[in-house]
Amino acid sequence: MTGSSQDKAWLLEVNGLSVDYGLKGVSSRAIESVSFALRAGEAVGLVGESGSGKTTTAMAIAGLLSPNARVSSGDVRYRGNRLPIDDDAAMRPHRWSETSVVFQGAMNALNPVHRIIKQIAEPCMLKLGMSRGEATTRARELLELVGIPADRGTAYPHELSGGMRQRVMIAMALACRPSIVIGDEPTTALDVITQAQILKLLGELRSQLNLALILITHDLSIVAEACDRVMIMYAGRIVEDGTVAEIFARPKHPYTRLLIDSIPNPANGKKVIRPIPGDPPNLVIRPSGCAFHPRCPSVMGVCGTEVPSLYKLGQGRVACHMYESSQKDKVAAHA
Amino acid sequence: MSRRIFRIVFRALGTLLTVAILNFILFRIVPGDPAQLLLAGARTSVTVQQMDAQRARWGLDRPLFPDQVVDYLSATLHGDLGYSFKFRGRPVADLILERLPATIVLVGLAQMIAILCGVLFGIYAGWRRGGAVDRIATGASMALYTMPSFWLAMVLVVIFSTGLGWLPGYGIYSPGANIGSTDRFLDYLRHLVLPVTALALGLIGQYVVVARAAMSEVVTEDYMVTARAKGLTNGQMLMRHAFRNAMLPVVTLITLNLGYVVAGAITVEAVFAWPGIGGLTVEALNARDYPVLQGIFLLLGASIVLANLIADLAYGLLDPRVRQ
Repeated sequence: MTGSSQDKAWLLEVNGLSVDYGLKGVSSRAIESVSFALRAGEAVGLVGESGSGKTTTAMAIAGLLSPNARVSSGDVRYRGNRLPIDDDAAMRPHRWSETSVVFQGAMNALNPVHRIIKQIAEPCMLKLGMSRGEATTRARELLELVGIPADRGTAYPHELSGGMRQRVMIAMALACRPSIVIGDEPTTALDVITQAQILKLLGELRSQLNLALILITHDLSIVAEACDRVMIMYAGRIVEDGTVAEIFARPKHPYTRLLIDSIPNPANGKKVIRPIPGDPPNLVIRPSGCAFHPRCPSVMGVCGTEVPSLYKLGQGRVACHMYESSQKDKVAAHA
Repeated sequence: MSRRIFRIVFRALGTLLTVAILNFILFRIVPGDPAQLLLAGARTSVTVQQMDAQRARWGLDRPLFPDQVVDYLSATLHGDLGYSFKFRGRPVADLILERLPATIVLVGLAQMIAILCGVLFGIYAGWRRGGAVDRIATGASMALYTMPSFWLAMVLVVIFSTGLGWLPGYGIYSPGANIGSTDRFLDYLRHLVLPVTALALGLIGQYVVVARAAMSEVVTEDYMVTARAKGLTNGQMLMRHAFRNAMLPVVTLITLNLGYVVAGAITVEAVFAWPGIGGLTVEALNARDYPVLQGIFLLLGASIVLANLIADLAYGLLDPRVRQ
């Protein structure tokens, strides 16, 4: 799945990326050996519970790691070039021009004391070198693009509904014509109808502008609506990666299976939410072997001692000892 | 927008009226008979008839309500604040106006210096929390904030005036000096240094503490992450996104402190024998000069009401969320 750095077909490559957070001398690993690649225009969902590393992965790509984060191994390549993701100042030219972010809860993500038009025009002036007039014209176009009448640009964030603010956030993310847009739970805190509208808008803009979309969420149903591919993360690792159709039809990793089972679906009689038993893993004192083994229904002896590799399986990848034999067979077949 | 301003102004006027009435009541319930105080300096014994005549002359024989209150309010509106006991019957309004400039210069200058230094250090300390500037500024301002300004004033006098002899520690001009106008101005400035410093140091502490707290809250806000994601430099993030939000509580504090410009330096003025409103207050207190005190109280109340009014209006300009 991971292309070589010479492979220009990949828009973005993440190679064996590990990030630690240091807190009062205690270091905890947020993501561990994360590898994947993304093509222009592709939409990938990054799914996992709180602390699974999905946000750290996305923030590393956007060059927005916090100062107490440390990249301990691996790298991120954009159009084949290595990004200085642990150098705040060196990442500045990349931010927003190449990778922008639609943050969650647009209420606080927008500055309460500035008119929205000014906030959308700001990156056009600072990053594209537009004059105030040009930037305002562009901001008005962007507002129309996301379905807000341009004259509403004089409003302040608190004067808009949650869905409108999220649209403003999207307009702002498109300001510098980026190739990658990261949606950090962009529909959280919105009602279901608004959520569907926002996802539809993102999908339309994506095909219209050939955007690569990385959607961070804990909600698999959102991924099903908006993405081509999904990566499931658990305790800082990618545990499964595959097309949306494949993962919903034939989930391979026990965690993915439980995750899909936990979605209530009244249509086929699944009215009860089935939670995954056990607690999310402690990232400071990580379980030995596969981090999911204390909660896994299919746990085997080897799971407690050995970390499973991310095996290639069909079109996707899965990190589970259950698929070790199939991988060995395949390696043998190729040999 | 205009309805909000109308409401704010209307409320301020209502508060002002309440302040005036409370002020009136306060000076009717303090012990002592005004007629006795008025005749206290008489050399011969005073007859009951003379006392009654005094009461009748000043309208004190009429009922408190409504006659005396209405008299008081109407006179106040006409700028008549009564006559001083101590200063040979001079109008209180004249006395206050005479002393006002000295206080405005002293406290105004101290406020300006304190706002400039305090906000600058506080904003920077909050922006770079835990840095060297933060640790020094926060420690120093906590110490200054808790120090009583009159004590600070005395320490300054002991060190720089009586000790080193660098600066005058008393009054507004050097006594007996008959010098040219330029030198006279320099002399005035030299007299200003210590009292302004004493006042400003305490205020700086206050501004640093508030500005730092506001800024350290702002830097954790989501819109600062957005600003960083937009590829803004640290300077752009500070000036375009953080500063105005952090200034909201600071502007409130500044405008509220404006209310004390006219009457806020009683102890410091007393230490430096500064001939301002604070000095007048102390003199009037010692002489039980109720009319003067009443006038000063009214001035203090009015300026605080006015400062609140300005704070409300300024806040609306800075924060669109309160404009509805």
